[in-house]
Amino acid sequence: MALLKVEDISISFGGLRAVSGFNLELKPGELVGLIGPNGAGKTTVFNILTGFYQPQEGRVIFDGKDITGLGCHKINRLGIGRTFQNIRLFNELTVLDNVKIAYQYAGRYSWRHTIFRTGSYRRSEKEIADWALSRLEIFNLDGKAGEIAKNLPYGEQRRLEIARALAGRPKLLLLDEPAAGMNPQETMELLELIKWLRKEFSLTIFLIEHDMSLVMKLCERILVLDYGMTIAEGSPEEIRNNPRVIEAYLGEEVS
Amino acid sequence: METQTTTGLEKAKAVEKWRTHLFPAGLAILILLNILIFMEHLGFSIVSRYYKGILILAFINIILAVSLNLINGITGLFSIGHAGFMAVGAYVSALLSLNMGRWEFVSPQVQAVIQFPLVLLAGGLAAALAGLVIGIPTLRLRGDYLAIATLGFGEIIRVVALNLNITRGARGIASIPNYTSLWWAQLFAVVTVVIIWNIVHSNHGRAMVAIREDEIAAEAMGINTTYYKVLSFTIGAFFAGVAGGLLAHHLTFISPKAFDVLKSIEILLMVVLGGLGSITGSVIAAIVLTALPEVLRFLQAYRMVIYAGTLVVLMIFRPQGLFGRAEVDLTVFKSFFRSRTGEEVTSRPEKRGGNGGSA
Repeated sequence: MALLKVEDISISFGGLRAVSGFNLELKPGELVGLIGPNGAGKTTVFNILTGFYQPQEGRVIFDGKDITGLGCHKINRLGIGRTFQNIRLFNELTVLDNVKIAYQYAGRYSWRHTIFRTGSYRRSEKEIADWALSRLEIFNLDGKAGEIAKNLPYGEQRRLEIARALAGRPKLLLLDEPAAGMNPQETMELLELIKWLRKEFSLTIFLIEHDMSLVMKLCERILVLDYGMTIAEGSPEEIRNNPRVIEAYLGEEVS
Repeated sequence: METQTTTGLEKAKAVEKWRTHLFPAGLAILILLNILIFMEHLGFSIVSRYYKGILILAFINIILAVSLNLINGITGLFSIGHAGFMAVGAYVSALLSLNMGRWEFVSPQVQAVIQFPLVLLAGGLAAALAGLVIGIPTLRLRGDYLAIATLGFGEIIRVVALNLNITRGARGIASIPNYTSLWWAQLFAVVTVVIIWNIVHSNHGRAMVAIREDEIAAEAMGINTTYYKVLSFTIGAFFAGVAGGLLAHHLTFISPKAFDVLKSIEILLMVVLGGLGSITGSVIAAIVLTALPEVLRFLQAYRMVIYAGTLVVLMIFRPQGLFGRAEVDLTVFKSFFRSRTGEEVTSRPEKRGGNGGSA
């Protein structure tokens, strides 16, 4: 059974048809890439999947449940985590607090426990802190737990964002240009990290990326979006040789 | 916080040093104050009525500043209608007190002790209800727009109080029983600070802080932002209502004039001066700003000029407020005594980043 099934979703902003008739099926454990020229509607697809936008047509079915029109915090709880194209960390907070916030679901205490600071409040808080720290360790950020997030170097901010998204226990992880602004070495490290994460957490990953070398090496299947429509779908090899894809990226051949 | 790191240690140590001096000073004042209040309660008249009045006002202002800080500083909702909630609490509790009648089965003193907290609670709940009703539609707005909406709401409450029969319009309500003693004021101030402190340092508080930092990211982390925004607004309103009730039973007279925009601004000033997001900052700023006009009384007509000037200077040199987002909490207390006893710092291996720094 497919983990995520997207049926014919469309959305328009004013007169602009940002996404039209987008279809997608993700099997558990798959690693699929979404590419396309700037303004093709890639991030809009992500925003629809995570509930930031409501599609005007079509349905999104996740894990057997119709999630079309659900609020984005509900969709997150159901198991879709995401990162953002232009990193959205809680900038003024520490690295540790950034991850702790993602453990909202883990707070096993009620208001009474909050106000009176009972034992279960303290145990639960300790648990959250421990989990958050171990999560940071995986991403090699535990040494910077006390630093303010905005002071981290760019590559580490990207890693922290992934760590934070993973803290929410997602089944499906959406990565919006995870390698943007990274140097080749950092990109290679990211590649290894994504591969490892997928195995370790048995994740399904759907990612947008402009760095073709990363996409081609990482993804098993690639979708190409242009003007809101899927123009090609297939293995990296097929995509590389697809004339419509080449046209979309480089323009039509002059005859 | 739970972890220490070696990075930024120098800066943290400098701040720590400054705080270790500040903390015992604050503690000493607090203990002294409590002794005074206790003696007062035993029947010794040490503090004059004048000072007692200022202290009660300071406690009421602490409640107001800390509750507004939950809304403005922690959740990042720019609200300037706090006086409105205060008015709701003040009127509801005052009217209840006046209409409760005399209970025959207990003495008047006992009746006051039982009745007063109930009346305050009712005032707080009424204000919380107002906060809920206002919050649900207006909290869709952000920043300046929300500020204007809450400002408008505060004015609506004032004008309603001015025109209703039951609130006696501009004449106000007089001869409210003078129930607010130093004890009550301090008790409610302490309870407020403790409750809000505990909320802020929990999962719920983290959700609120996340909303302040980045609402979209907070949603993507599974936080129900609407719920927490309305919640923070309602809790803030509740305590403003309690403070309003305390004020009504302290002044024994309330009129709509006391709850105008200026009052809201005055509370906002305390929050900004203490540091948006710092609860201890709000407490200290509330005390300072209550005392300052009185301390400056000898300057007569120039008093308010100096008062305003002090604020301007403070905002120029510390735009983030006295404390920024830092808190003076128990870790400071621990580290203060640990640094006094010397070697204990090194004898604790799990603390690798020097003495306990707090976030």
